Amino acid sequence: MTTLSDPPKPGFRPSQLIYDTRYRSMTIQTVAFILLMAAIFWLVSNTIENLNALGKDFNFGFLGQPAGYDINQRLIEYDSQASHGRAALVGILNTLLVAVLGCVAATIVGVIAGVLRLSKNWIVSRLMSVYVEGFRNVPLLLWIVLIFAVFNESTPQPRDFRGEDPAASMIFGDTVAITNRGTYVPEPLFSNGLGDVDVKPGWIFSDLYFAISIDLAAIVLTIIASILLIRLINQRAHRIQDATGVRPTTWWVNLLVFFVPVGLLLWYLGFHLGYPELQGFNFSGGTHIRNSLMALWLALTLYTGAFIAEIVRGGILAINKGQTEAAFALGLRPSKTMNLVILPQAMRVIIPPLISQYLNLTKNSSLAIAVGYMDVRATLGGITINQTGRELEGMLLLGLFYLILSLLISGGMNIYNNSVKLKER
Amino acid sequence: MSTTDLSYVRTEMLPQQEPPLAEKGVFKWMRENLFSSWINGLLTIASLVVIYVVISTLAPWLLNSVWDANSLTECRDILAEQGLDSHGGACFAVLGDRWHQLVFGYYPSELYWRPALALVIFLAGLAPVLFTGLPRKMLILTALVPFVAFWLLWGGSIWLPVSVALGFVVGFLALKFLTPIVGTLAGTILIFVLPILYWLFVAGPLASGLASAVPIEIQFVESRAFGGFMLSAVIGLSAIVLSLPLGILLALARQSNLPIIKYSSVTFIEVIRGIPLIVWLFTAQLLLNYFLPPGTNFDLTLRVIIMVTFFSSAYIAEVIRGGLAALPKGQYEGADSLGLNYWQSMQLIVLPQALKISIPGIVNTFIGLFKDTTLVVFIGLFDPLGIASAVRATTDWNGVYWELFIFIGLMFFIACFSMGRYSLFLEKKLQREHR
Repeated sequence: MTTLSDPPKPGFRPSQLIYDTRYRSMTIQTVAFILLMAAIFWLVSNTIENLNALGKDFNFGFLGQPAGYDINQRLIEYDSQASHGRAALVGILNTLLVAVLGCVAATIVGVIAGVLRLSKNWIVSRLMSVYVEGFRNVPLLLWIVLIFAVFNESTPQPRDFRGEDPAASMIFGDTVAITNRGTYVPEPLFSNGLGDVDVKPGWIFSDLYFAISIDLAAIVLTIIASILLIRLINQRAHRIQDATGVRPTTWWVNLLVFFVPVGLLLWYLGFHLGYPELQGFNFSGGTHIRNSLMALWLALTLYTGAFIAEIVRGGILAINKGQTEAAFALGLRPSKTMNLVILPQAMRVIIPPLISQYLNLTKNSSLAIAVGYMDVRATLGGITINQTGRELEGMLLLGLFYLILSLLISGGMNIYNNSVKLKER
Repeated sequence: MSTTDLSYVRTEMLPQQEPPLAEKGVFKWMRENLFSSWINGLLTIASLVVIYVVISTLAPWLLNSVWDANSLTECRDILAEQGLDSHGGACFAVLGDRWHQLVFGYYPSELYWRPALALVIFLAGLAPVLFTGLPRKMLILTALVPFVAFWLLWGGSIWLPVSVALGFVVGFLALKFLTPIVGTLAGTILIFVLPILYWLFVAGPLASGLASAVPIEIQFVESRAFGGFMLSAVIGLSAIVLSLPLGILLALARQSNLPIIKYSSVTFIEVIRGIPLIVWLFTAQLLLNYFLPPGTNFDLTLRVIIMVTFFSSAYIAEVIRGGLAALPKGQYEGADSLGLNYWQSMQLIVLPQALKISIPGIVNTFIGLFKDTTLVVFIGLFDPLGIASAVRATTDWNGVYWELFIFIGLMFFIACFSMGRYSLFLEKKLQREHR
C-alpha cells in the first residue's frame, strides 16, 4: 500500500519574492521604483528648502518683463524694451540659424573631403588626411577661438579699403568685403516688393510675433511648385519608358520648368542685389555678418566636416567591391555605377552617423559663448539669468529647448532612415 | 613537305630594352598617382598651390621665430634687429617663459614633482590594462592607482584615500564571504549596500581618527590651483575611468527586460545626450547647490568631474548598447542554456564580445571627452585655453595669440591622435574573423 502525499500547495510564500523568477523581477522593479522615487523626492525637497531659504519662488513671470539688453545679430525685430521671452526667441532663432548653416556647409565640405580622401590622387588624398586628422584631434573650442582671432586680428579695417591705392580690396568682383568688423555681402532687394505680412499668434505666447516677407514666401512656394512639377514629368517619362522602352528626353524641360517661373517672378518683383559700399569709415548697404557668426559657422563647418568626411569614406568603403564589378559587368559607366549602385547602398551606412553629427553640431553651437554670438545660451541662459536671478527656471527652459530640438532632429531623421533602410523579412 | 630555309628567323634573344620613360620610375608613379586624368591633374595643381600658399605664409614666420625673450616687446625688438616687422617671426619665447603655467596652472612650483609622479604612476597602472602581454597580477596595483594619484595631486592626510579605498575592500569581502551564505540576490544587494553604508557612516570618522592617531600627510593643494594641461588630464582621465563602468551599467539597464529599470535608463541617457555639455557645466556651477541639502558646498572641480562623468557615461552607454545589439541572439540563448545566471552570462559570454565590438566607439568617446575638457574655461576653471587668456592678460605677453594656440593644439593633437592609433591597434589585435 502506498501512501500518496499531496503535491505542495501552490500557495504563495514570501520567499518566492526572491527565489522565484516569476516574482523576482517584480521585486527588483518595486525596489528600484521606490529608490528612484525616494531620490527624486530628496532632490525636490532639497530644492524647495533651498529656494525658501533664499526667499525665491518658482515662476516663469520673468519672461514677460522687459529685457533691457541689446542683441546685435538678430533675425527678427527686437529692441532692449522687448521682454526676456522675446530675447529668448531671438536667441533660439540665432541658434537655429547657425545650426542650419553649419549642417548644410558641413555636409558639403564633408562629402567633398570624404570622396577626395578616397581619390587615387596621392597628393590630394594625403592633403585630405591632414585636414581630417588635424580637425578631428584638436578641440572645437580651440578652432573657434583661433578662427575668431584670425577674423579679428588678420583682416583689414574698413578704412584700409579707402583711397586711390587701398591696402585691402573687396573680393568676388567688389561684392564681398571681409573686414575686422565683420563680413559684408550683397543683400537681395526687391524694387516692386509685395511687403511683409505680420504674423501674431498671440494665443500661443504673447511675445511671438514676426514679419514674413511675401516676396520670399512667393519665391519659396514657386520653387516647391516647380520641383513637384518636375517630379510629375519624370514619373510620366518613367511610365513611357516602361511601356515603350524609349525614355523621352526630359532634361531641358526640367531645366525650363525649374528656372523660368522663378526667373519671371524675380523679374516681376524687381529683384536686384544691394552691394556693400564704403561710406566714411565703414561699409553701408549689403548684409552685415558679424565676425562672431562667421567664425562660429566656419569652425563648426570645418570641424564637423572632418567627421562627416570619415563617415562618407567609411560608407563608400563598406560597399563590397563585387558591387562595382557587377555594375561594370552590366556595362554601366563609372558615373552611373556611382549614382545607381554605390551611393544608394552607401547612404544606408552613412545616414545614421550623419544624423548624430547634425545633432552634435547643433549642440556644439552653444560654444557661441566663446565668440559672443547671441544664441539661446547667451540670451536665455546667460544675460537673462544674470539679470533676473532665475537660474533654476532659465536653465530648465534652456535644457528643455535643446532636448526638444535634439529629439525632433533625431525623430525626423529616424523617419527618413526607416524609409531608406533595407527591407528585410 | 619541303624544308624551306628559315635562316631569316632570329635564333638568339634580343637584349631587353629599357621601358619607355613614361612607364618607369618617378614618371610612371606621377602619371598614375598625380595626373591619371585631366581632373586629377587639376586637383594636383590645386593642392600644390594650397600647400605652397600655406608653406610660404608660415615658413618665414616659423623660421624667424624667437625662442629666448622675457616679454613680447623684447621679442619684437629682437625681430626688429633682424630687420623684420613685428609679425615677421613667431615669438615662441612665451612658451619658455610660461610653460609651467600652461602645463601645471597655478600649482605650487616646488610641488611639480607630485602631478608628474601621479602621471607616471597612472601610465604604469595603465600598462597592464592596455597591453595584455604583461602579467595579470599587476592589475591589483592598477586598482590602487586612483587613490595614490588622488593623494599625490591634492595632498593632505593619507588616511582619507586609504579609508575610501577600504570601502571597496568591504564590498569585495561581502562578495567573497557573505554571498555564499545569504544567496545571490541578497549578496548582490549587500555588495552595493555595505560599502555605501561604510562610506556614509564609517569612512569619515575612521579617516579623521587615524589622521589624529598616526598623522602622515603631505602639503594640501586646493583645486583652485589646478590648471593647464594638468587640469584637462585630471578631469579627462578621472571621467574616463569613472564613466566606463557607469556606462556599462547604463547600457545593461537599457537592454534589460524590466520596464522600470529600462525606462529610467533611457530617460537618463536621452536627457544627458540631448543637452550640450556646456549647459550641464553651467548646471554644475549654478544649480547643483539647489539639489543638495542646504549648506552643502563642495569643490567646483569635483562637481565638474561628476558632471563630465555622467555626460560621457551616457555616450558610452549608447556605444556599448550598439555592441550588445550587434551580438547574435544565439549568444544570449547559449549562455542561458548553460544555466548561467544573469551576471555570469554577462560577465563570461556577452560583455567580452560586446565590449570588443564597441572599442572604436568607446575610444572615440574618450577622445571627444578629452577635447571637451576645454569647455570648463567657461565656468572659471583654468584649462589650457583659460591659461592662454590669463597669459595674454599680463602686460608682458599682451597680444600673443598664435604661438599659444599652436602649442595647445599640438599637445591636444598628440594626445588624441595617439589614442586613435591605439584603438586601431586594438581593433586589429582583437579581430578574430578572417575576411
